[in-house]
Amino acid sequence: MIAALIFYMFAGLAVASGVMVISARNPVHSVLFLILCFFNAAGLFLLLGAEFLAMVLVVVYVGAVAVMFLFVVMMLDINFLRLREGVAQYLPTGAVIGLVLLVELAVMFGGWAFAPDVEALLAAPMPAASEMTNTEALGRLIYTKYVYLFQASGVVLLVAMVGAILLTHRSRTGVRKQKIYDQVGRTAANSVEIRKVSTGGGI
Amino acid sequence: MLSGLMPPELWRLIVIVLQIVAIVLPLLVAVAYLTYAERKVIGAIQLRKGPNVVGPFGLLQPLADGAKLFLKETIFPSGANKAVFVIAPMLTFILALIAWAVIPFDQGWVVADINVGVLYLFAISSLGVYGIIMSGWASNSKYAFLGGMRSAAQMVSYEVSMGLVIISVLITVGSLNLSDIVLKQKETVWFILPHFPMFIIFVVSILAETNRAPFDLAESESELVAGYNVEYSAMTFALFFLGEYANMILMSAMTTVLFLGGWLPPMDIAPFNWIPGIIWFALKICAVLFIFLWVRATFPRYRYDQLMRLGWKIFLPFSLFWVVLTSGVLVAFGWLPGQG
Repeated sequence: MIAALIFYMFAGLAVASGVMVISARNPVHSVLFLILCFFNAAGLFLLLGAEFLAMVLVVVYVGAVAVMFLFVVMMLDINFLRLREGVAQYLPTGAVIGLVLLVELAVMFGGWAFAPDVEALLAAPMPAASEMTNTEALGRLIYTKYVYLFQASGVVLLVAMVGAILLTHRSRTGVRKQKIYDQVGRTAANSVEIRKVSTGGGI
Repeated sequence: MLSGLMPPELWRLIVIVLQIVAIVLPLLVAVAYLTYAERKVIGAIQLRKGPNVVGPFGLLQPLADGAKLFLKETIFPSGANKAVFVIAPMLTFILALIAWAVIPFDQGWVVADINVGVLYLFAISSLGVYGIIMSGWASNSKYAFLGGMRSAAQMVSYEVSMGLVIISVLITVGSLNLSDIVLKQKETVWFILPHFPMFIIFVVSILAETNRAPFDLAESESELVAGYNVEYSAMTFALFFLGEYANMILMSAMTTVLFLGGWLPPMDIAPFNWIPGIIWFALKICAVLFIFLWVRATFPRYRYDQLMRLGWKIFLPFSLFWVVLTSGVLVAFGWLPGQG
């Protein structure tokens, strides 16, 4: 009973904050509602007993990705009035795209079925669920059976990261940068000099 | 006896609420006296007396400060985004409190003994940035905004190396449960010995994570007035203040659990193990807190590019190297937990 109530609370809040993400007028509020939505999704994971996924969702999405979102959205210089100027103009196009997506979703749900061996897997999960915590169970699967997929997704992320750096990096000239090694390597011998200065003569 | 009169769920709820009160009240007192200790310690380091007027040795100073903040007027800047402006300090304070749910004070003295305790702590500490970034934005002030932005970038950067440091410890233990981490140190040694470089990196990272000197760029007085909290007054400011100090204590507790053997006495022999574990735990937290204060009185503030360089170019590669080294050593000597 209580579990069901909590489920409806998390699910309802997740849907409501999801709606607020697209309907909030202020983009910063949108991101904040997105964060609330992530939280509720984490709560749903907890109810499923997937505590590792719940924590990782909070650490990765809320703690890192959404901070970057918020960072970018706050830095944008947005004029809210001008943002809404073209709404009527773009509405038909947007509606058509939305309709196409909806139809696609409907088609997918219509032809959706569990893979044939799912029943067997659910009946006997490979590391037995009662024997170990789900962190350990995930680790055992990821690093043994699915190790190639896991490594491949790591490589995809690495490529994305290198690409992002490559696209945005520009080496500027004329910037005075601190060269730490040069600075640490400085000694009194090569940077300070004692001269005898004659009165009125200067150096 | 009393539990027989009520439905068991209600009884459990009451017990949990009592446990929460038993953590939060001493924590708030600790926060109050941490501010006092900070002023006294820095005073001593700088050959001053520190607060000594209110009460004997100035012991009532924190209460006087609290009363003053409580009685002041809360001012909302006219351009502020009201809702976010009010939520930000509350968020900071709540996050600083809820993390304590998983901290083991002694063997079995923990509110929620969950299997992913370390991840929970890490998740909560990574959320701390929201209070700062939200307050910086909602204040609609340039100083506050700059402070919030700086702090966001800083905390996200240092979380990466903190995560890797924690991973080295976790590989050694083979569990994400904080009590298991301490018990493993009982079997072997305190992890400060095998993981000494990681201990150093962790202590520096928690200074950056809590925005304390020498990494207090979020509120550097000389350039940003007071940084993200410049527009806050009275209780809203007090919540930021309490949150910051509660976070310091939390991070010290985390250091204690990960590296200093939690509630364990330094040696398991007669005079040491008479003293209850919670006293040892508190003493170790105080030792780490003293480092916070000592550092603040000793080092000048880092420049922002130096801060980023330290985090990304030194700590991150080195802690990554240490993860590889730790796992290599554990596998080579057959010490890997869960392999037996």
